[in-house]
Amino acid sequence: MSAVVLETHALSRRFGGLAAVDAVSIACRHGEVHAVIGPNGAGKSTLINLLSGDLEPSQGTVRLFGRDVTGLPADAISRLGVGRSYQKTNVFMPFTVFENCRLAAQSRMGTSMRFARPAHAYRAVADAARQALAAVGLEARADTPVATLSHGEQRQVEIAMTLATSPRVLLLDEPLAGTGAEESRAIVALVERLARDHAILLVEHDMDAVFAVADVLTVMVNGVVLASGTPADIRGNRAVQEAYLGDGGEHGL
Amino acid sequence: MTRTHARVAVVLGLAALLLVLPLFAEKYYVQFATRILIMAIFAMSLDLLVGYAGLVSLGHAAFYGLAAYTLALVSPQYDGASLWTSLPLAVGAAALVALAIGSLALRTSGVYFIMVTLAFAQMLYFVFHDTKIAGGSDGVYIYVRPVADLFGWRPFSLENVAHFYYVTLALAVTVFVALAVVLRSPFGRVIAGIRVNEHRMRSLGYATFRYKLVCFAIAGGLAGIAGYLAAAQHGNVNPDMMGWHLSGSGLMMVILGGMGTLAGPIVGAVAMLSLEIAFQGVTKHWQLLMGGFIVLVALFLPGGLIGLATAWKRRREGGK
Repeated sequence: MSAVVLETHALSRRFGGLAAVDAVSIACRHGEVHAVIGPNGAGKSTLINLLSGDLEPSQGTVRLFGRDVTGLPADAISRLGVGRSYQKTNVFMPFTVFENCRLAAQSRMGTSMRFARPAHAYRAVADAARQALAAVGLEARADTPVATLSHGEQRQVEIAMTLATSPRVLLLDEPLAGTGAEESRAIVALVERLARDHAILLVEHDMDAVFAVADVLTVMVNGVVLASGTPADIRGNRAVQEAYLGDGGEHGL
Repeated sequence: MTRTHARVAVVLGLAALLLVLPLFAEKYYVQFATRILIMAIFAMSLDLLVGYAGLVSLGHAAFYGLAAYTLALVSPQYDGASLWTSLPLAVGAAALVALAIGSLALRTSGVYFIMVTLAFAQMLYFVFHDTKIAGGSDGVYIYVRPVADLFGWRPFSLENVAHFYYVTLALAVTVFVALAVVLRSPFGRVIAGIRVNEHRMRSLGYATFRYKLVCFAIAGGLAGIAGYLAAAQHGNVNPDMMGWHLSGSGLMMVILGGMGTLAGPIVGAVAMLSLEIAFQGVTKHWQLLMGGFIVLVALFLPGGLIGLATAWKRRREGGK
């Protein structure tokens, strides 16, 4: 098995009396897709927010490349090589598609305290942005303001921006939410391609997609890990079937 | 004539007018034009915060006033300070204090940021108002304007109204061009990103606080250029130069002209100062007219006066 890149140990986050994430220990490995599934309110998005630094944990630790990064702010986590996409599209609406990706790529320039040369003259940054756009197949829309794109295309911009920061770990929060069938297929194919040289943590509701791409599955219910294992293990797990998968056939397999 | 041609023609015409103004205009009008240019620099510096970084400051006059006081304090009583050392000193002092105030104020945002910047500016106002550092509430006089002597050679004299005008014009153009360059730079793009979506900027790896702080210091320094020139022109520096009234006027100019544009603050400064004179000629209750005008612009020209040009252009293109 390849090296563990990102792991949590007994990670918890409480909101008042509610433990949204309760003593969760998971590991993401290079070259693997680790999918986290569970019903609404299971704590999946909170878990991603804890990993990305958007939220501070109440207890427990997060280790990245063996280093303790618990409580580091989001910008520091990002600079250490973690890219995240958001469930609710979180982009720069008035900017063009290209500028969204260019700004994302510019964050890897070391410092942006540069005042004289035009931002567009930095060739390496523009190239990284174009590559990210090509990865999601949005090159043709480069000069369009994001606000005028369809919802599905905005979802793709969201992912392209994450890629433009050249992350080694990807945290994808429901990348398929609100995309059409064709866009979904393209994103699933992209995730499979990215899995070869990234560690990916995927939160997703589309069970067909999850079982197609995941190497490891973790099932969360009410903030705790119910089960973790290969897709085959999870499919055969009685507790998971009762608590979640078999529930009314809504997410039936 | 194509649109770019028309634009070049307008810019060249304006530039020519600005250059020859002192040759035909009366002294009073040259001084008035200088005053407009000074306020345009102040408004441009504020627009960097309000329009480009999305940081609405209600304490921007603090930096304008600080630079003015710096000039007053370094001017010998019966002699002029050297322009070449006092200007960088005043601008540096304004930027440095902006750095200090910003490092605290930028920990807040939105309405709280407005209140905190106002509070800091008022604190500085009362430091100069209530202590004897520089003449208290009466302020101090600068009897001799800064001198531009370089190794015994005097290229121009600020005592000359036309020379003062040209120096101010040169500084205003410099600020305009510098802002245009900076806004296109990686730094400028980061500032714009922070205005649109600071949360995403952080998650992309930007330590946004640092960029906002540098932006705040730059804006403070540029406001210092305006304050320095105002002090040199009036020959008097008083606490009102850092009062909330001036901070508010600056915001009005930015909003009236069109925030988030380079030309908007200049248009706003021209409009505010010219209308002030025009309305004063009509009635002593001129502020009522000014208030009404601002309400009309806010209601019908949400992009400010500069939006008028855009709307007109769109109509012309739509009519074709």
